[in-house]
Formats: sequence, structure tokens, C-alpha cells
Amino acid sequence: MDLLVVLSFEALKAVASLALISVGLSIIFGMMRVINLAHGEFLMLGGYAAIVATKAGINIWVATLLISPIVVGVIGVVIERTIIRFLYGRPRDTMLATWGLSLLLVGLATTVFGNTTEGISAPAGSLQIGDYRIAAYSLIIIVIAVAVFAAIWAVFRFTRYGLIARSTMQNADMAAALGVNPSRVYAVTFGVGAGLAGLAGGVMAPITGIVPTIGAAYVAKAFITVIGGGPAILAGTVSASVMFGAIDQIITYLSTPVIGEVALLAAAVVLLRFMPQGITGRFFRRAA
Amino acid sequence: MIAHWQGNGGLVAATALGLVLLLALPQVVDPVMMIELTSYVIMAILALSLGLIWGYGGILCFGQSAFFGIGAYAYAIAVINFGDSTIPLLLSIIVPGLFAALLGYFLFYARITDVYFGVITLTVTLILYKVMGATSGSQYVIGTAAIGGYNGIPAVPPLNFPGRPDAALSFDGLFYLSGLTLLAIYVGLRLMLKSRFGQVVVAIRENERRAELLGYDARFYKLATFTIGGAIAGLAGCLFANWGMFISPDVFGLAQSAQVIIWVIVGGTGTLLGPIVGCFAIQWIATKLGAQQVLNANLVLGTILIGFVLLVPKGVVPTIGDAFRRLKFRPYVAPLVEQRRVP
Repeated sequence: MDLLVVLSFEALKAVASLALISVGLSIIFGMMRVINLAHGEFLMLGGYAAIVATKAGINIWVATLLISPIVVGVIGVVIERTIIRFLYGRPRDTMLATWGLSLLLVGLATTVFGNTTEGISAPAGSLQIGDYRIAAYSLIIIVIAVAVFAAIWAVFRFTRYGLIARSTMQNADMAAALGVNPSRVYAVTFGVGAGLAGLAGGVMAPITGIVPTIGAAYVAKAFITVIGGGPAILAGTVSASVMFGAIDQIITYLSTPVIGEVALLAAAVVLLRFMPQGITGRFFRRAA
Repeated sequence: MIAHWQGNGGLVAATALGLVLLLALPQVVDPVMMIELTSYVIMAILALSLGLIWGYGGILCFGQSAFFGIGAYAYAIAVINFGDSTIPLLLSIIVPGLFAALLGYFLFYARITDVYFGVITLTVTLILYKVMGATSGSQYVIGTAAIGGYNGIPAVPPLNFPGRPDAALSFDGLFYLSGLTLLAIYVGLRLMLKSRFGQVVVAIRENERRAELLGYDARFYKLATFTIGGAIAGLAGCLFANWGMFISPDVFGLAQSAQVIIWVIVGGTGTLLGPIVGCFAIQWIATKLGAQQVLNANLVLGTILIGFVLLVPKGVVPTIGDAFRRLKFRPYVAPLVEQRRVP
């Protein structure tokens, strides 16, 4: 019984981390049709922002939950203005340019921080469940993921920015005719997506530690989740995270984490064979 | 596209030039540089394979190094087991070809968009990196070959004369073999692209729906092109394992995958010469960068990639070709229809 609780808790944590590291990518792809191959590097920058801030004596919660997203969000806006905006409507070129960006950021981080793993210790202790102990930080990740998704949903559903962003996503020309400046909406949206990636990077930093090349560890999972999820941003990311997170966790429990990731990829490829539009392309078509 | 090069005269001239370079270079270049040069030639074969499927097939594959690596591993594992290198050489072509066919079947027949295709192929490569890295330990042994995790497989036996394991290939021999292979694949691809099959492949790149309405199954032609590209990349991997006598999961890394893309985009898509030129140029720059400590290699390669996408999206060879033709053959007239570019 206790083992079951621990295992489902671990599965829930896997789902939450998957959703958290994918949501920034999902927003940028879902709203702007931009595949951001530098997503993993945004996570990496978020992690470094959290570590540098914490080492400078700032409270760890402020560092991970505020400084990481703000720093990476600002970087995102700058990148959108200098590179991405010249490439709208050319998805292939965008991918190539963001891949170049990914290499560039890895190189930059290696130059600045050196090629060593840096870390901060995870705050909060552990929880006792029967004979097992689990890290309380896992619980915090789940809470943060739920809060982030609730916040995104509320922003899209109830605020003026959400309305403008959704309308621009549906029809940029019509939105422009009604007085919206799509260029600014794109810049802000890219910044929000980057900021969420930064937040995820900051939140994951105490668990994984940070090296300049850590982005590669995240991107594969994040891309599988976003592609498997399909067009609806929130419903897609959540449904794909639940499915892939569960597969990953079950196979990992039965064998090794590496086999778990292979199963994740195989599941995604087979899924795409039968649902090329992803889960939400097939089901819940009207979801946000 | 480059009409005056596509006559057979141009092909014969290119072949002759290639043969002259192949014979002359070892006489004039010092041995250390020859080692570098051999690796450039091998990588040029890999670049050519991506140049085919991306530039002519219109398939944006971000994981070409996956087939390269699978070919290298297939060769290394088989040759350690068999001793004689004939079957391992064939396996290094067949295994990645089959892998490409399997992956391509799932992706092309699902008709996923090319953007998804790029992401999935990249993901496959990254996961192969992890899988091969996780194979350290005595339980991961195929026959007598230990796969060795991130440490890789050391002391890979070299190619030998078919049937005679004692007649191993020398290092000069490897240069000649790689150069001849590059030349043969270049000529072979040029002829293939002129054939009916090649024309259909290009037609699908230009307008997939129109080609399908004319009765061609785009999925099948893409799958065939992708498989050929995978097999060529595997052969390059086999030569690479020979060159270093060593193979490790680094061939599946993000940096290696990115390099192949950079060679092709710098040289130019839609030509076969472009990827080879781009490969030699970037490899040379990378060698120079490796010798100094000021600038990080990733930083420079990333900047080159962004710069080319934004400023020279056609690549060097087509851009020079266009300028040359404008200068020489006719006064420049703005084309009526914007020429469709393969990005």
C-alpha cells in the first residue's frame, strides 16, 4: 500500500515535471507556430539565473520563482526582436536559426560559467510515507506545475491580453485590422514562453544541477510532449504529459531510466503514425 | 538549376578534377594534414547524404548523424566478431538503411509535417546518444564486442582486402578509398537525379500535391530517398570508425548533428557540390578553432548557422552560381515568379 502511494506520487511528479518543462515550448509553438530548438537552453539559462542569484544571497524561492522567469523572459524578448521576427512564416528557417541559437547559448554559457556542474541544494526536507521517505521538493514541483497551468488558463480565459493573444493566434490579419499590433503580441508571447522555460529551469535546478549542455537532456522530452499533445496548448500538454509521464515512469520502474526514455520516444512515434495531429488533434478539439 | 553544370561534360570534368586531387594531394600535403584531410573527405560523404535528402528530397532531417553512428557501430561490432571486414562493411550500409526505412515508414506514411519530422529525427538521435551511453558494463556485449557506454569501442580493426583479414588497409589506403567512395557517390547521385526516379523526387520537393495528382506516391519516393541517404551516411560512419579506430556515442551528440546541418546550409541546398564545399570549409574552421582557447567552438558554429539562415539562406555555392550566371550569361532580369527555395 505504501509502495503504491510512493509510486503514484513519483508518477505524478514525473507528469508535473514533464508538463512544466514543456509548457513554455508549447505556448511558443501553439501560438506562433515557431519550433524553438533553443528551448533547452532557455531552461539552462533559468537554472543558471537561479544558481547565481542564490549564491548572491537571495532567498531561493525568490530566485527560482521570480528571478529565473524574469531574466529568461527578457532574454526571450530580445531574441524575438533580433532574430525570430525576421523568420515568421518560414518554420524550417526558424528551426535552423533557433538551433544556431542553441549552440551559441551553450558556447556562451561554457565561456562564462565553465564546463562544470553547479548546483544548489533542494529546499524543504523529506516526507515520511509508511516505511518510505520522499523528497518534499517533489510535492512542491507538483504544486508549482498545477499553479502555473491554472494561471495560464486564467490569463488566456479572463484577461484582455489573453483575448488579444488568442485572437492573434487564430487570425493575425483580422486582429491587426481591429487595431491589435501582432508584432507586439508575438514579442510578448515569445517572452512569456521563454519566461516559463526559465521558471522550469529554475525549479528543476536543485534536482538536476546545471551544466551548459543540460538543455539537450530536456529538449527531447519537451518536444515529444508538445508534438504528442497537438494543437491545443494546455489540454495538449497536460494530456501528453500524463500519457508519456506514466509510460516513462512505469518502464523506468520496471527497467532503467534510459529504457524509459526509449519507450517514451517509441510511444510518441507510434502515436503520431495514427494521430498525426497529436492527441488534441484527434480528441478535445475545442480545448484551449 | 545550375543548367550549364548539369550536362554530362560538367560531370566528366568534375570527376576528372576529383581524381586529379585524389592522386595529387598525398604527394604535396604533409602527413599530419593528410590525417585531417581524410576525415574531411569522410565527413563530406555524410554531408552529401544530407544534401541528397534535404536539398533534393526536401526532407528536413535533423538526425543524419544517427545513421552515421549506427553505421559506425554496426561495422565496429561486426568486425570485432567476424575478423574479416567484408560482411561488416555491408552491414554498415544495410543496418542504417533499414533503420531509416523503419523510421521513415512511421513518419512519412503518417504524413506528419516537415517541422515535426525535423524534431522527431533530432529526438531519435539524442535518445540513441543516451542509449549507447548507458551500455557500459559487462552485460552489454554483442558476441565478443563490448559496447562500452560513453567510453566507446576502442581498437576497431581496419578494413581489409575481401577475404584476407591479414591484408589490412593502410592509412594512405583509407584516404584513397574514402576519396574514391566520395567521388563514386557524387557521380552516382548525379546520375540518379537525372534518372526518372530522381526527377520524381525533385518534382515532389517542388510540389508534393501536384506530383501526387500526377500519380506518384510521394510517401514511397520520400521513403526511398531517405533510406538511400541513411545507407550512405552509414557507409561514412564505417569509414569514420576506420579513421579513428574508435567509436563512441559522441557521434550521436547534438554538436555532431548540428554540424551536418551547418555544412549543408553553408554550402547550399539543392546542389551536390555545396554540401562538400561547406563540409571542407567548416571542418577547416573547426580545426583552427580547436587549436585556440579564446573562442568557444559552439559559439562560433552557432553564430555561423544563425548568420547563414538570416543573411545567406541559399548557401555559398548557389549564391556564387547565381552571381556568376548574372554576370556572364545575360543581363539580370528580375524573375517573373519568385523561385521556390528549399530552405
